[in-house]
Amino acid sequence: MLRYTLRRLASAVPTVFIIVTLTFFMIRLAPGGPFDLERPLDPLIMANLNRAYNLDGSLWSQYLTYLGNLLQGDLGPSFTRRDFSVNDLFATGLPVSILLGSLALLLATVIGVILGAIAALRQNSSLDYAIVGLATFGITTPNFVVAPLLSLFFGVLLGWLPAGGWSQTDPIYWVLPVLTLALPQVAVIARLVRGATVEALRSNHVRTARAYGLPARTVVIKHALRAAMLPAVSYLGPTAAGLLTGSVVVETIFGLPGIGRYFVQGALGRDYTLVMGTVVVIALFVIVFNLIVDLLYTFLDPRVRYD
Amino acid sequence: MEPILDIKGLRVTFQTNDGPVEAVRGIDLSVKPGETVAIVGESGSGKSQATMALMGLLARNGKATGSALYRGQELIGMSERNLNKVRGDKITMIFQEPMTSLDPLYRIGEQLAEPLRFHRGLSRAKARPRIVELLKLVGIPEPERRIDSYPHELSGGQRQRVMIAMALACDPDILIADEPTTALDVTIQAQILTLLAELQQRLGMAILFITHDLGIVQRFADRVYVMRRGEVVETGATADLFAAPAHPYTRMLLDAEPAGRKLPPPENAPVLLDGQNVEVVFRSSGGLFQPADELRAVDGISVALHQGQTIGIVGESGSGKSTLGRALLRLLPSAGVISYKGRELTNDPAAMRPMRRELQLVFQDPFGSLSPRMTVGRIITEGLMIHEPALSARERDVRAGEALAEVGLEPGMRNRYPHEFSGGQRQRIAIARTMILKPKVIVLDEPTSALDRSVQKQIVDLLRDLQQKHGLSYLFISHDLAVVRALADYILVMKQGRVVEQGQTEAIFDHPAQDYTRTLMAAALETTRFRQEDPAPVLP
Repeated sequence: MLRYTLRRLASAVPTVFIIVTLTFFMIRLAPGGPFDLERPLDPLIMANLNRAYNLDGSLWSQYLTYLGNLLQGDLGPSFTRRDFSVNDLFATGLPVSILLGSLALLLATVIGVILGAIAALRQNSSLDYAIVGLATFGITTPNFVVAPLLSLFFGVLLGWLPAGGWSQTDPIYWVLPVLTLALPQVAVIARLVRGATVEALRSNHVRTARAYGLPARTVVIKHALRAAMLPAVSYLGPTAAGLLTGSVVVETIFGLPGIGRYFVQGALGRDYTLVMGTVVVIALFVIVFNLIVDLLYTFLDPRVRYD
Repeated sequence: MEPILDIKGLRVTFQTNDGPVEAVRGIDLSVKPGETVAIVGESGSGKSQATMALMGLLARNGKATGSALYRGQELIGMSERNLNKVRGDKITMIFQEPMTSLDPLYRIGEQLAEPLRFHRGLSRAKARPRIVELLKLVGIPEPERRIDSYPHELSGGQRQRVMIAMALACDPDILIADEPTTALDVTIQAQILTLLAELQQRLGMAILFITHDLGIVQRFADRVYVMRRGEVVETGATADLFAAPAHPYTRMLLDAEPAGRKLPPPENAPVLLDGQNVEVVFRSSGGLFQPADELRAVDGISVALHQGQTIGIVGESGSGKSTLGRALLRLLPSAGVISYKGRELTNDPAAMRPMRRELQLVFQDPFGSLSPRMTVGRIITEGLMIHEPALSARERDVRAGEALAEVGLEPGMRNRYPHEFSGGQRQRIAIARTMILKPKVIVLDEPTSALDRSVQKQIVDLLRDLQQKHGLSYLFISHDLAVVRALADYILVMKQGRVVEQGQTEAIFDHPAQDYTRTLMAAALETTRFRQEDPAPVLP
C-alpha cells in the first residue's frame, strides 16, 4: 500500500509537468498581455514593466524561469494585483475556499446518501418520486440562479441570514454559500446512491442475507448500502477537488474572498502567473483526491488490491 | 410419517406491464423428514419461484397465494419478522449462483456467523469454533485460515461449499438446493453432489432439490415432482417415474439426452484448417511504474481439422478452449502458423477479411449475440452486405427466408425482433446468420450450454444435419461431454492452455489415458447414468 501510494505520487510529477507546460504555452497564445490598456502605454514604460515582470526574454527562457521558481514553491508575482505574489493571494483565499468547500462536501454527502438510500428503499413510492424530482431540480438549476434566490429570500426578505459578505469567525456568513455549493452535489449523490442501492438490493448476496433470516436493518445497512457507497465514493474524489478550490459564481454573488474567482479574473486580465498558479493548485487537488479515493476503495472493497 | 412441509394450491403471480403472469399455478407438494425430494423442469417451469415464494423471496411484483405449512405454521403471508425465525434456521437455501451469492465485501467467517448470531444468539467469538467445524464438515481445506478469506479468494466450488456450510449452521429441517451445481464445472459438480448426499446421511435433514438435470434426480431423489408451465404434471417415487413415465412431457425430458454418434470422415479427407504451435499470450499492459504481467492462455497447440470432421474441444472453464477457437480463426492476435486450404492465415485483419466468409463462429449466448435493435432478417443478412455486396435488397430478403427455413424456422419470422424468440430459436437464428454465407469451417463455442436439455438435443440434431448436407467441418467447444460425444468424432482435452490428451471420440471415452480426462468423464457420466443404450450411430 505504501509502495503504491509512493508510486502514485511519483507519477503525479510528470502529470503536473505536462499540465504546467500546456497551460503556460496556451495562455501565451491568447492575444494581448497583462499590461495592455485601451490606450497603448508608452513603449518605454512597457519595456520597463516587461523587464520588471520578467516578460522580456524569449518565451522559452520565461518558461524555464517559471519552472525553476515553481520547483522552489514560488508561483511568481501577480501581474494585475500589484504588490501581491500569487502565493500571498492563495495564502489568504485558499483557507476560505477549503472551509466552505469541505462544509459543503460534508453536507452534500450526508444528505445525499440519506436521501438516496430512502428513495431506493421506498422505490416507486411518492417519496421516491419526490426525491428523484428534487434531485433533477438540483442538478438542472445552475448556481447563478440558486445563489441570488437564496440571498434574496433568506437575506433580504426574511432577514434571517446575511445576504452576502464574509467573516472568518462568524458561521452565519457561511450558511448560504455552503447551501449553494452543496445543493447540486446533494442531487448527484442522492441519484448515484439511489441507483446503486436499488441494484444492490436486487443482488444475489442480499437475497442470501434475506434467505438466512437476517433483520431488515442488517440486510440494508450491512449488505446493501456498503456496496452502494462505492460509486458515490468515486464521484466524490474529483468533486471534492472542485468544491475545495472555490467557485467563481458563489464567490462573486456572496462577495467571498476565496480563490475560485482568480482563474476567471486571471484569464481575462492575462494575469499569466495567477492563471498558472490556479491551474497548479487545482491539478494538485485533483491528483490528491483521486489518490485518496483509490486508497479508500481498498478499505471499502476487499477485491481491490494494488500491491 | 407426517410431512414437515406441506404445500397446497400454491400460486405465484407476477404483475408485469403486459398484465399478470402466473408462474406457479396451484401446486401441491410435500416433504417428509429426512426425505430427498426433487422438482424437475425446464427454464420457465416455475420450479424456482415455488420455493422462493415459501421463503418470502419473491421479487417485489410477485405475490403468492395458497398454503405452505411448515410443521403446521403457515409460511405464505407470514410477517417478515416471524418468517425470519424460520428461514435461515429451520429452512435454509443454497443457490444456483455460487459466485455472487456471498457478499464480496465481508470475510466468509463474518457471513457464516450471521445466522448463528441471529438465530442462536452466539457472539462472534463463540460462533468462530462452530464455523471452523462447519468449514471442515463441507471439506474446505485449512478452515482456520480460510475462515478469514474473502469470497473472491475462493473458487466457485469452494464458495458453494461455504454456502452449504451456511445452510447447515443451524441444523435445519429442510435444505432447499436451487440448481446448486449448474454454474460449476463438471468435476466440481460431482464433488458438491457427493458432499450433499454424505451430509444428508450424517445430519438427516430433508433436501428439496430443484434441478433441470435428470441425472442428478435419479442419483439423489427419493421422490420427484415434474413441473411444466407452473403445474406439476407428474409425481412419484424416483425409480417408478424413471421406469414408467406416464406423462408425455416426462417422457420427452427423459428422451432429451443428446444421442447418436458421428463417424470420422474418410481417411483421405483433405485437411482444411491446419494450426501449428498456436500460442496466445495475454499481457496486462502495466502502468508507468508497473511491471507487465502475462498469461499463456494457449500454449503451443497443433490442430488439423479435416473436411467433414468435428473436433470437440473439452476442458474445465479457464482451460483455454474458447481462446484456442478464436485464435485458429485469427480473431485474436496469435503466434504460430495457421493455414486454411493451404493459404496462410495472418494476424492482419484486412488480409483476413475475404477469408472470413468461409470461417465462421457461433457463440454461446443466444441472448447477447443478436442485436436487439435489428430485425432477424437484417441480422442474418448483415454478413452478405460485406461478402456479396452485389446482391439487391430483394435478393437478400429471399436468402434470409431460405436460411431461416434451413435452420427450421418460418421464413416469415425475418421481420421480427430477437426478443420475440426463445433461447433455442435465437440459437437457430445465430446458426442461420452463419449458414447464409455458405461457410466451410464453423467454430461452435458452447452453442448449447445456455439451453434446456430438450432444446439442446434439437440444436445438436440441426448441427449434425447441416454438417451432413453441406460437408461442414466443426470445431466444437464445450464442457458438456454428453453433447460432445454426440457431435464430435475427434477430441482434444485441454487443461491450462495445453492439450493433455487427444484421439478419436470412442477411444477417449472408453480408455481415457490421463487422470484429468478420467475425472472429467467420471463426473459427466455420474450425472447422466440413467441414459439407456444409445441408438445406432448416425452415418455422416
